Amino acid sequence: MIQGEHITKSYQDVKVLKDVNVIIPEGKITSLIGSNGAGKSTLLSIISRLIKGEGKVSIDGISTAAYQPEELARKLATLRQIINIQVRLTVKELVSFGRYPYSKSKLNNQDKEIVGSAIRYMELEHQSGHFIDQLSGGERQRAFIAMIIAQDTDYILLDEPLNNLDMKHSVQIMKLLRSLVDNHGKTVVLVIHDINFASCYSDYMIVLKNGELLKAGGTEDIIIPELLHEAYDMEFDIREIAGNKICLYYK
Amino acid sequence: MLLRRKLLIMGVLLLLFALLFLLWGLNADNWDYNLPRRIRKLAAIFMTGGCIGFSAVIFQTITNNRILTPSVMGLDSLYMFVQTIVVFIFGSRQLAAVTAVSDFMISVGIMVGFSLLLFQIVFAGEGRKLLAVILTGMILGGLFESLSTFMQVIIDPNEFLIIQDRMFASFNNVNTSLLNVSAIISVLVFAYGYRQTGQLDVLSLGGDISVNLGIPYNRAVKKYMFLIAVLISVSTALVGPITFLGLLTANLSRQLMKTYKHSYLLSSAILISAIALTFGQFIVERILKFDTTISVIINFIGGIYFIWLLLKEGKL
Amino acid sequence: MKKTALFLLLGILAAGSFSLFIGVKDISPLDLLHAADEEKVQVFLISRIPRLISILCVGMSMSVAGVIMQQIAGNKFISPSTGSTTDWAKLGILTAILFFPGASTGMKIVISCLFAFGGTLLFMRLLKMIQLKDTVLIPLVGIMFGNVINSLTTYIAYKYDLIQNISSWLQGSFTMVLKGRYELLYMGIPLLFTAAVYANKFTIVSMGRDFSKNLGIKYNLTVNLGLIIVSVITSVVIVTIGSIPFIGLIIPNIVSLYRGDNLRGNILEMSLAGGLFLLLCDIISRLIIYPFEIPISVTAGIIGSVVFLYLLFGRRKHHASA
Repeated sequence: MIQGEHITKSYQDVKVLKDVNVIIPEGKITSLIGSNGAGKSTLLSIISRLIKGEGKVSIDGISTAAYQPEELARKLATLRQIINIQVRLTVKELVSFGRYPYSKSKLNNQDKEIVGSAIRYMELEHQSGHFIDQLSGGERQRAFIAMIIAQDTDYILLDEPLNNLDMKHSVQIMKLLRSLVDNHGKTVVLVIHDINFASCYSDYMIVLKNGELLKAGGTEDIIIPELLHEAYDMEFDIREIAGNKICLYYK
Repeated sequence: MLLRRKLLIMGVLLLLFALLFLLWGLNADNWDYNLPRRIRKLAAIFMTGGCIGFSAVIFQTITNNRILTPSVMGLDSLYMFVQTIVVFIFGSRQLAAVTAVSDFMISVGIMVGFSLLLFQIVFAGEGRKLLAVILTGMILGGLFESLSTFMQVIIDPNEFLIIQDRMFASFNNVNTSLLNVSAIISVLVFAYGYRQTGQLDVLSLGGDISVNLGIPYNRAVKKYMFLIAVLISVSTALVGPITFLGLLTANLSRQLMKTYKHSYLLSSAILISAIALTFGQFIVERILKFDTTISVIINFIGGIYFIWLLLKEGKL
Repeated sequence: MKKTALFLLLGILAAGSFSLFIGVKDISPLDLLHAADEEKVQVFLISRIPRLISILCVGMSMSVAGVIMQQIAGNKFISPSTGSTTDWAKLGILTAILFFPGASTGMKIVISCLFAFGGTLLFMRLLKMIQLKDTVLIPLVGIMFGNVINSLTTYIAYKYDLIQNISSWLQGSFTMVLKGRYELLYMGIPLLFTAAVYANKFTIVSMGRDFSKNLGIKYNLTVNLGLIIVSVITSVVIVTIGSIPFIGLIIPNIVSLYRGDNLRGNILEMSLAGGLFLLLCDIISRLIIYPFEIPISVTAGIIGSVVFLYLLFGRRKHHASA
């Protein structure tokens, strides 16, 4: 369980997060949703210690400040927007970096096995010798996620993992995340823009508005017209199709 | 295996150039006089080259930028400024009274302190504004230059000569006791750096990924900036600034080795630096007969290489 | 808007009259009225007044040159000194000295101007060809590019024993300004008017090629015109005075902080502020170790770098909150 208490963040005079208290349950996919500027990415980045904020974040009851950096890296993995790295690495080399918190740069057989299975998991076997900068956007995204998987942490935090992906690859990634939770007992936290992807794949949702927590709860409690209306300031029509709640808001 | 072979070739090349440098024009008459001097010069060349190559690779790794080199941080100008202040406040007699080694240590200490201070100031806020640090360093470098010029204008002309002597330091007037001190310092830094190659590999993936993989990013960057400051200060205080050498060797090293592994990158950068300086000094001394200085040649070639690199990479 | 301009003008008048009466030769306004001391009047006419005029010309034209470059490059941190123009101009002068040993000052200016124009154009092209992650990288590339050109200049100068000549261009100074030696600086005045006429177009060009085409502006023509103005101003100033750092960089930034980026609306304030800044720098240079004086490039460099750093961090904070 990840717990955030009184999380506040301000840039100069502007408060982007105001005293947010959240609990992220274990063994579930949790989505952070809200309109632009609601503070979703900031909250995710603070929880994953990529940026500093006020308040306290604890994982499994221990404050993140009390963890050794490497210890934390074996507990929680995170990925923000895919940056263009300057270094020429092959997919396999990149994924191998996921084992750094365990074995530094000297991989043992077990590490190599984990790297191999992460690559297979992300269906990148054919590209494993290719350089990252030669990959398509979707392949590159999957390569970075494969590194995160090789890190083999209980918690995986991703900031807009579907950015720049087409429908096919978006579905592929979401299915893989689902299976990480269902079959491997991981906890996944996402910042996601597409409300319907969030609705179809997540178990738990945290809604932010203007830097404040609007509501947190199971998907069925969140995907209701009144709440979404309040979160996004627009009308939603929600239909149930094949067991999934689908939001209609296009017209 | 292939990478090892490349390093071996560089090593052999360096050995050849070094022999050429030592033995060219040597005969039974000038043997006694020339050889020890040349060996000392060669030692200074190797050490300076090593410092510059090593620090440039690390600097590019932590800045995630291939067109930067530590000398853009204004350390050269600071060195001149420190020298000027010493003469300005204490006068040249005082400067002469201070032994060379302690003067050297003071200069190095101030330069290292400055780099850390610069870093502390800019990093005090949120975020990773490494570029702002560098730009600040460049501007402060200009400021130091202006201040030095100002002091030099109002200084006694006789005392100015002493400063000028230090401004154009070169491999020709290297102080042996300084050489020993710098050798000890740089070998210690190298030894430490080689133990950290794995962490450097991770850092080359950028701040986010490094944090994710459990590296205390800010602390690590500060640590490497400290090492870089030490190496650059040592080499500048010993022989004077050679601006573009770091840029040249760090990039050549990446191009030739085609790897992200710092264990190889660092070694090849040291070797390439030493080759470039040995060969350059040989050309300047024996072929051009001191028609120009080595830093002018290196800056010129390094500069052209820089533009070519910019165009080829197409991005920064 | 008129208020700011008036305020700056008053500042120039006050500082200007003050500056006329400082110097080794003690001259008071009364001396001039009585015309009793022929020598004092002569010093006044031959040295003090030319000095004041040249400072104002340089200050005004350099700050306008800076803003034009910033508009063309679409980047706040570019100026003749951070965009390699100054370095190219120096290389031009060196070339003139080498290949045309008896060249007149006019000839030197023409050649250095050609270098400055071609070089800056090359730099702008280079910028277009590379993608930059951060706007701070643009002046960084500019300074590095300038360093390359400088190393070429040093190389040639070293080879032909002209190092001393270059050093004199590095130090901007108004001490040698006397009647008959500064009039070339007047060339800046018509250029300022041209810049004022084209001000609107430069502002549009700053928003990019597509944007300009959409509004029917001839992009390349306007860019070239702007660069010609910048090159002429830079070369003339370097040949007559020497290089003065930062002024083209900080004055436009300060003015645009208060008045925005519409060049047509603020070109008057821009040039007046430049003149006033340099005038104040000059007064400081002359007073601080009176009766001697510090080169103005040193004073401007020290004040300028402090202001620039303030701008750099002030601006960044501003962005973060937006």
